[in-house]
Amino acid sequence: MYKILEKKAMSETVKLMKIKAPLVAKKAVAGQFIILRIDEKGERIPLTIADYDRRKGTVTVIFMEVGKTTKQLGTLKVGDSILNFSGPLGQPSDIEKYGTVVCIGGGVGIAPLYPIIRELKQAGNYVISILGARNKKLLMLEKEIDELSDELHICTDDGSKGTKGFVSDILQKLIDDKKKIDIVWAIGPVIMMKVVANLTKKYEIKTIVSLNPIMVDGTGMCGGCRVSVGGETKFACVDGPEFDGHLVDFDNLMLRNRRFLCQEEEACRCTGE
Amino acid sequence: MAVKKTKYKMPEQDPKERIKNFNEVPYGYDKKTAIEEAKRCLQCKKKPCTEGCPVGIDIPDFINSIANGDFDKAAEIIKAKNNLPAVCGRVCPYENQCEGMCTVKKISVYSEPVAIGRLERFIADYERNKGAKIPKKSKSTGKKVAIAGSGPAGLTCAGDLAKMGHGVTIFEALHAPGGVLMYGIPEFRLPKEIVNAEVDYIKKLGVEINYDVVIGKTITVDELMEEYDAIFIGTGAGLPRWLRIPGENLDGVYSANEYLTRINMMRAYDFPNYDTPIKIGKIVATFGAGNVAMDCARTSLRSGAEKSYIIYRRSENEMPARLEEIHHAKEEGVIFKFLTNPVKFIGDDKGILKEGVFIKMKLGEPDESGRRRPIPIKDSEFKMKIDTAIVAIGQNPNPLIPKTVNGLKIGKHGNIITDEDGRTNIPGIFAGGDIATGAATVILAMGAGKRAAVAIDKYLKSKK
Repeated sequence: MYKILEKKAMSETVKLMKIKAPLVAKKAVAGQFIILRIDEKGERIPLTIADYDRRKGTVTVIFMEVGKTTKQLGTLKVGDSILNFSGPLGQPSDIEKYGTVVCIGGGVGIAPLYPIIRELKQAGNYVISILGARNKKLLMLEKEIDELSDELHICTDDGSKGTKGFVSDILQKLIDDKKKIDIVWAIGPVIMMKVVANLTKKYEIKTIVSLNPIMVDGTGMCGGCRVSVGGETKFACVDGPEFDGHLVDFDNLMLRNRRFLCQEEEACRCTGE
Repeated sequence: MAVKKTKYKMPEQDPKERIKNFNEVPYGYDKKTAIEEAKRCLQCKKKPCTEGCPVGIDIPDFINSIANGDFDKAAEIIKAKNNLPAVCGRVCPYENQCEGMCTVKKISVYSEPVAIGRLERFIADYERNKGAKIPKKSKSTGKKVAIAGSGPAGLTCAGDLAKMGHGVTIFEALHAPGGVLMYGIPEFRLPKEIVNAEVDYIKKLGVEINYDVVIGKTITVDELMEEYDAIFIGTGAGLPRWLRIPGENLDGVYSANEYLTRINMMRAYDFPNYDTPIKIGKIVATFGAGNVAMDCARTSLRSGAEKSYIIYRRSENEMPARLEEIHHAKEEGVIFKFLTNPVKFIGDDKGILKEGVFIKMKLGEPDESGRRRPIPIKDSEFKMKIDTAIVAIGQNPNPLIPKTVNGLKIGKHGNIITDEDGRTNIPGIFAGGDIATGAATVILAMGAGKRAAVAIDKYLKSKK
């Protein structure tokens, strides 16, 4: 059992939880994820690691309440426990000194970006962060990321905070301003990562994206999380979750992420959502 | 009195009924039938059956005890060699092993061997229902062994090492024990309650099981080496193989592993009572003809498919599945399409699988497997409506551990290279089961776990 030590609402539908999992905390690094199962009847779901504290043995996850499991998770309180919590899984982010790095986070994708920004900064990079969301209520970690970043840009679809528009608009502006960009990290909704990758491809700027497809075991066994990368089938759980954004077949990923939408609705209905 | 030529029948659920449930298909022998079947054994001195058993059970001896009505003694004899008899009595390919060597089978062309598998199952079930006796443990040696993976190889190795007095800890990546016994083999062939009971027995021998620990990620083998005196790696062949044809990533195409794991381990057949979903169409095509393929095709019928096909590129004679599994699949209405290979999968405008393009095959010269090689017949392509495709053409060893141990010798298929007794090139690290051999059977993995336990014991004693 893995105890919830802290819980915080980041927005209406996004929650943060600090979970006691010393073995996972000991090994976790930026870019990796965990798989949890709430109870005996629960589904195994992957969540990207938003932070970790090796000394206290805790792992932080930030999740949006979108389906049956994440909604149920959101109802748990400090002191409650989760039945299974396994990790860290997947490959760590490839952190090194690139020069100037643009880190783009969209919505709940801002959470896993946070430790990556921290490590990129520690590696001596000049970090430009771009955070975007549908509206200001869905933005998160602005203060924390601002402290780590050399530049911070914020945008919302409805203009309720920062520039009105998309993260790709801000990136385009940076490119137009002749900012020398060595690499881009983009984590967020699939459509956002696709748009960013298409843009940077034009300018030949290497772009890393972090994928969050449907998984079961998370150890390379089921292949449910397979994505087409450069025409080759890769497993996000063991080969990823980060991939070269210029090679990912985002359309197939979007389609595969909709595989169980009907069942998801049914599961939510059954619990009176 | 002459020996009865054929095995006593084991009663089974009617095929029409059983495709509506996930309950076990055969009911097992009753006491009287078991004794009668045991009397068919000739008690030959040479014991060819025992030679055919990968874990070396003294088969004539336990059968003799059954014939004498001493079921407890029979259980003791089996358990001396086999820690998981209720599993073996259900999923072992006896026809190629013990029963394949049986003298009774050689009496005439119509003779069937003694039903050793059914008798083993009878004794295992008898003992489990009564409450398994825990053997006296050897004095503690103070040595500690870590085992990666709680599948058949790991459980067997763990049980034997514990009986020898070593402290054993198993690390399991998933949330449940048993490996393929839990996620792979369906409830109707191997009830999970039985797997749990066998695992309980291993735990009562003193083995500790830690879940949610992915060796190579949560803890590395090198770290385990600091804390343990020896390590056994039994992480299996978890990496699914693909057909490598267009459309394989469409919605509706599953690996056998994903399909079976969702249904067996995550209990998606009981959705939404259980949270894990599965989507099974009306027309399901399973590719491959091994035991796993049969499991997928039979599971599909039980999950509401109207038609369940087995699509196989070779002919009926080359099917690698056990005859019993093929027989059960046919009885249940699985449709076999031989000498047929998929060319591509086609989706609708939403990317959901709607049909497959197939090509007819013919058999050519034997290939390296000794089976005749299937060759496509030109211009024989045809389309068929399918809305679920399950790829069950085998698995490769899971690369998580092989990739993360410094200096460990790996074969070209990603398997860990070991000697006969499971020794790797690194002293103190042993491996066995599918991770070493590539995908094989439960009993072969158990045999490997057993031999490795002996080798580990020897190694620990040699250290001091």
